[in-house]
Amino acid sequence: MDQGSAAGTGGTFISLSDTEQRCYSGLYALCQPDSSGKLAAGKVAELFRASQLPAETLHQVTEVCGAKRLGYFGCGQFYVALKLMAAAQAGLPVRLESVAGELPLPLFIGITNELEMRYPNHPSTNESQPHILGSLTGSAPRPPADRPVLRHPDTSTDKQEAWSPPRSPGISPPRSPSAYRSYPYGAQRNGTDTLLAYDGKVAGCPSVPQENSSPSHYSLKLQPEQPVITRVASVERLVERAEMDYSDDPWRITEEQHEYYTNQFRSLQPDLSALIMGTVAKNFFTKSKLPIPELSHIWELSDVDKDGALTFPEFCTAFHLIVARKNGYTLPETLPATLRPGFVEPGVVPAPPSEEMGSVDLQMTSRPGVTSKQDTRDESRKPEEFSPKRIPDPHEKPIQHVSTLKPDSPQELDANMKSRTRPRSYSSTSIDDAMKKVEEPPTPPPRPQKTHSRASSLDLNKLFQQSAQGAKSGWLPRPPALPPRPPATQIFSFLPGSEKSSQKAVQQANFADFSKFREEQESSVRGGLSTEDLAPPKLDSTLRHQGHAPQKPVRRKLHPESQSATPPSAAPYSAATLTKSTQRPPPKQKREIQMAIRKNRETNAVLTRLNSELQQQLKVVHRERVTLESQLELLRPVAST
Amino acid sequence: FLICVAIRANYPLYIRSVPTQGELKFHYTVHTSLDVVEEKISGVGKALADQRELYLGLLYPTEDYKVYGYVTNSKVKFVIVVDSSNTSLRDNEIRSMFRKLHNSFTDVMCNPFYNPGDPIQSKAFDSIVSTMMVQAC
Repeated sequence: MDQGSAAGTGGTFISLSDTEQRCYSGLYALCQPDSSGKLAAGKVAELFRASQLPAETLHQVTEVCGAKRLGYFGCGQFYVALKLMAAAQAGLPVRLESVAGELPLPLFIGITNELEMRYPNHPSTNESQPHILGSLTGSAPRPPADRPVLRHPDTSTDKQEAWSPPRSPGISPPRSPSAYRSYPYGAQRNGTDTLLAYDGKVAGCPSVPQENSSPSHYSLKLQPEQPVITRVASVERLVERAEMDYSDDPWRITEEQHEYYTNQFRSLQPDLSALIMGTVAKNFFTKSKLPIPELSHIWELSDVDKDGALTFPEFCTAFHLIVARKNGYTLPETLPATLRPGFVEPGVVPAPPSEEMGSVDLQMTSRPGVTSKQDTRDESRKPEEFSPKRIPDPHEKPIQHVSTLKPDSPQELDANMKSRTRPRSYSSTSIDDAMKKVEEPPTPPPRPQKTHSRASSLDLNKLFQQSAQGAKSGWLPRPPALPPRPPATQIFSFLPGSEKSSQKAVQQANFADFSKFREEQESSVRGGLSTEDLAPPKLDSTLRHQGHAPQKPVRRKLHPESQSATPPSAAPYSAATLTKSTQRPPPKQKREIQMAIRKNRETNAVLTRLNSELQQQLKVVHRERVTLESQLELLRPVAST
Repeated sequence: FLICVAIRANYPLYIRSVPTQGELKFHYTVHTSLDVVEEKISGVGKALADQRELYLGLLYPTEDYKVYGYVTNSKVKFVIVVDSSNTSLRDNEIRSMFRKLHNSFTDVMCNPFYNPGDPIQSKAFDSIVSTMMVQAC
């Protein structure tokens, strides 16, 4: 039979539906294919016998599918054979034409026990789901041959594991969030081969009608529970009921699930009629370890009233979506009808809209329905950020189109303020920090010991020395070139602040003079200070003008300094200042010290700048020198010749 | 041609254009229009929160297309670039488009899983924008 041979080459032109694919691949795996893909003849024979077809039909099937000709059952032949058997069981003649149409899955009796022996813990619950639910992930057509064999041990162990978790929720809803993940985990094993094999193999109860695949699956599902002895009947029934619900609609929340969700809600928010805040819900759902975009999508689907918080039905919806997603269902684009808050609590919200209806009109219709619910929760919403803004929202929206944005804008303002204040606060804190840093240096240094010195000049000297030493930590160290002066002149030297060592003495004299002046005559001190202040900038400017011999400008500058210094000649004034300074209280000295410190800092800055500039000049000069030398080298042989 | 952009702090959170070719030119246009938006909002000295102020109107018409701007109270800017040949779009329609954009944007913001400053990946937002653009073109 040419057709048979053609069909036998892999069934390329026979289309298999998803369910059939899975079932057949499971059966195929069951028949223990060897490395080349041939099925063990004994297993195949068993399978065929289990189909309860008369022997001649089986012979026909074998012939049609091409196995007889080939002598073995390859993948293609096997599939065709299965289809033919299904056709035969449905009463159609064993022909290839009958295979072309839609057929129920073939039923096999008696293989069940065998399977059970091999995989003792079968979850009987879930096989139906993958078949019934169209929108499944990973329900790609099963490639035959190699993988099923490998998958069997995995899935068997998985099933064994997965079976116990569904059992526990069957008995009592698990409390921990980790448990909720595993709860329906066993409940849906999308495309596991053993399950599929199960589907095909389940003992067909003669009493069960087999009009189409769906009821047959219900019946199939019921069957394995009978031979499975280890199950408690009540629990089975409970799980079965769960299966029934599941099999109806994966987006329907079952009783136990609802109970579980309620408990979870209570753990977050004791009052069932209150709201869960967005952040709280976020933390909670993040524990489910779903990727953030998916969680975001789930939120969008479940937060029907778009208030940034979840009511109890919204929470159930979100939870259920997460559970479904964890079990491998793709998230729908829109909220299924059974998950709408209106469905779960029919008395509360009439006909809430779907998520994609963003138009104002539709929202308007939903708002009146939702406002009642919202109004009752006003108190609980008050402390929440987003919702108060939403409450004016429904009221205003029905009024005018133009004004709808008003409540949105404060809400968005609020929503964005949180985010905007973050960058703003960062910037402000950075500015503040910068300000603080600027302010910090001017804090007064540790005060020198307060010693009253009203007596002799010796005490005063000691005092000055002490203060000088106390405040000297930040100052430049005295250069070694300057020998210690006699006590009379030590007063002069207590403020070093020198720029250049060669001019240190003069400068120190200047500094000393200025400090003396400061104590009694603020104006003259100011003058002194101003000249001093001028000195560093003058130094800089003069340095910048000329690039060489930095000593010169300093010297030049010192002349005006000395000129300014000399009119208030040191000798007569120093005595006067000394006497007057004895009468001044210690804070004057502190101030003086502070001023000195500031000055020193300025000079430090100046010096560093000077230093860097000099370094640069040095580099430039060095480079020039190198180039000149190289040129000289080049020219020398030329000159020599 | 139509393009809608949501911009926050001068980088776009969301750009969508119909048709999708020649998008780079639109990106450039949107960028330059940001300057105009800044100009307009900095000029406004009054406090805030009138919806009319949010809508900036026709920013500037060029030879090929018109640019409309809209800014929210949190300085999130929306820009719509429309082909000049598309004269059927009236000012009211543009306003309504901006309003829809703003609404969907607030919905996106409400989502606690959305961090402000992330590109907008919300499918609901996408669908709203697509329907809007299909209507306009």
